Amino acid sequence: MTELRDRSDAGGPTTGAVGGGAGLPAPAPLEVRIAVYKMMVEMRDFESRAYDLFMQGLVKGTSHLGLGQEAVAAGFAAAMRPSDYTFATYRGHNHTLARGASMTAMMAELMGRRAGLMAGKGGSMHLTSVPHRMMGSYAIVGAHLTIANGAAWSSKVRRTGDVTVCFFGDGTTNIGAFHEALNLAAVWKLPVVFVCENNRWMEYTPISSVTAVARPAADRAPAYGLDPVLVDGNDADATLATASAAIQRCRTGAGPVLVEAETYRHGGHSRADPGKYRPDEEVKAWLARDPIPRFRARLLESGVEEVVLQRIEEGSRVAVDAAVREAEASPPPDLSLVESDVWADGGSSWRR
Amino acid sequence: MAEMTYRDAVAHGIAQEMDRDPTVVLIGEDVGAAGGVFKATVGLFDRFGPDRVVDTPISEQAILGASMGAAMTGLRPIAEVMFSDFFAVCWDLVANEIAKTRYMTNGQVSLPLVIRSANGGGARFGAQHSQSVENWAMAVPGLKVVAPSTPRDVVGLLAAAVRDPDPVLFFEQKSLYPTKGDVPEGELVDELGVAAVRRHGGHATVVALAAMVPRALEAADHLAEEGVEVTVIDLRSLVPLDVTTVATSVRQTGHLVTVEENPRLCGWGAEVASIVAEECLFDLDGPIVRVTTPHVPLPAADALEDAAMPSVARIVEGVRRSLC
Ligand SMILES: Cc1ncc(C[n+]2csc(CCOP(=O)(O)OP(=O)(O)O)c2C)c(N)n1
Repeated sequence: MTELRDRSDAGGPTTGAVGGGAGLPAPAPLEVRIAVYKMMVEMRDFESRAYDLFMQGLVKGTSHLGLGQEAVAAGFAAAMRPSDYTFATYRGHNHTLARGASMTAMMAELMGRRAGLMAGKGGSMHLTSVPHRMMGSYAIVGAHLTIANGAAWSSKVRRTGDVTVCFFGDGTTNIGAFHEALNLAAVWKLPVVFVCENNRWMEYTPISSVTAVARPAADRAPAYGLDPVLVDGNDADATLATASAAIQRCRTGAGPVLVEAETYRHGGHSRADPGKYRPDEEVKAWLARDPIPRFRARLLESGVEEVVLQRIEEGSRVAVDAAVREAEASPPPDLSLVESDVWADGGSSWRR
Repeated sequence: MAEMTYRDAVAHGIAQEMDRDPTVVLIGEDVGAAGGVFKATVGLFDRFGPDRVVDTPISEQAILGASMGAAMTGLRPIAEVMFSDFFAVCWDLVANEIAKTRYMTNGQVSLPLVIRSANGGGARFGAQHSQSVENWAMAVPGLKVVAPSTPRDVVGLLAAAVRDPDPVLFFEQKSLYPTKGDVPEGELVDELGVAAVRRHGGHATVVALAAMVPRALEAADHLAEEGVEVTVIDLRSLVPLDVTTVATSVRQTGHLVTVEENPRLCGWGAEVASIVAEECLFDLDGPIVRVTTPHVPLPAADALEDAAMPSVARIVEGVRRSLC
């Protein structure tokens, strides 16, 4: 593996440098790290509340939370420029928040209200905010890796210099679309960063029991001529550094990067799943490596004042409260939406 | 006016659009340097270069995914799926992603893209390279479905498909590739959802698509010898479906026959028949008759394939049945 280096503070997984040889860069400027912390806190508060609302029956259908995985979404979002593209999965709340979508619109979407990000037509699994270049959350495992390639191809053809970042889970590395997408991206040298959030479990099956290699993404990278890159996905400094290097590499035309971020979901796969199939020891160990308190401590060490962090935390609670209030106040969607926007003309007519 | 083959009309139509709009790109297996397995894209690679005419690995999901992602970010891709049977390995991209994304995002995402594919039987290729799958596409909301029957329509409908802001599946009937027809000089652009009346007759309305159109016209010639005059309508697109042209004709003739290459169940003719039954029942003077391939995979041997697909004789017989 390329430049696998131990980050000593938690004795956790190792961090890989992108492109080889560079080692770990200096930490990002403090204001960027503080912004990352703010994102993570908002993600945590938003999703915790979404879970409560699900249990109360106000968020309907399904929901897949990224609780515990925030450092991946935040680190990458902080390294992107506004015109870069994001593609995510049904576990995409955090990635959508990270690009700047409105909390109210997202909460209203989860609750099926008129003020929803997609007016209630997509739901939790399909959060999309094109103005924020959040190009969609996709619920068929693997498909969006191929679609992310298309956005990257388009950026290349149009010479915009934009990079596409595509997030997916460990389970996704075993579906054909993953392999088709990686090969095409490598052959066409596309500016796309594939980020595997390895949370060790697919739905209810451990990834290790169904995968031929130990590192589901990193061990596959050499098959596509790519360097294996492994990062501690619970360390926001590490994800930010890896993201910055990967995006930079893509921006210079060096081709795609495949990153495996080791992380863990604190809760179950979806809905009310308590995740009881996971060994207690494993859960306990990973809860102890919760990315948020860990990063908070590091920021304090770096000289950030406690009050700055408290203000962020209080602000996040206020913002989530307001989002829930506004979403709850929003009426159900107008029923005319059932037949709108199948076509670009706004309608759904199939006959003449 | 120039005479050209249906095959050459494909490259001609693509070139017309690529010349006009620099965001139009062509992508698929062997479409570039090799000019396509059916030689339908010959010359485009030399003319527009490898950045706009792009060969891919054998990765249908990657081809359609790349087209979708490119379409949502400013390009107008024309993707080729070599044989329409291969839609089965990338149907997720077609039915779950491309068809639904505009709707799911409440109109945030536009997908102006065309997927061309060689469709249908008559080439003795057997059951995995001969299917007519336009009815698969028709069953999914969010896809426009086009199937030209003449070289002229290949050019005009392809232009319409490329300029359309929505995803279009463009089915080229592979046994039509060598057929010839006149194509007018200059830019040619049609409108999707407008059927063509290929022959006028007062006794019955025969509705057909793609390769079944010339066959229906041949049947019409035979019937004329017996004194039966039929109208032959070439639907040209299934979505949008030109109900007006069909219903107007049925109201005049009182008889409807559909000629479909697809296997029997849930073919497009069933939809047309149900619309006519619902909206024109009291104009009908006889049973609606559907002439289709039986509900079987297509066999390879010429004798068997010819027996399976709707023949001129079966169309003639179908019209006779509709008249009694
Ligand atoms: C093609 C396909 N197969 C199965 C599913 C059902 N499914 C939804 S999520 C999931 C697990 C995916 O695991 P992983 O890729 O590790 O992502 P995670 O949920 O852990 O974020 C499965 C099997 C699906 N949505 N799509």
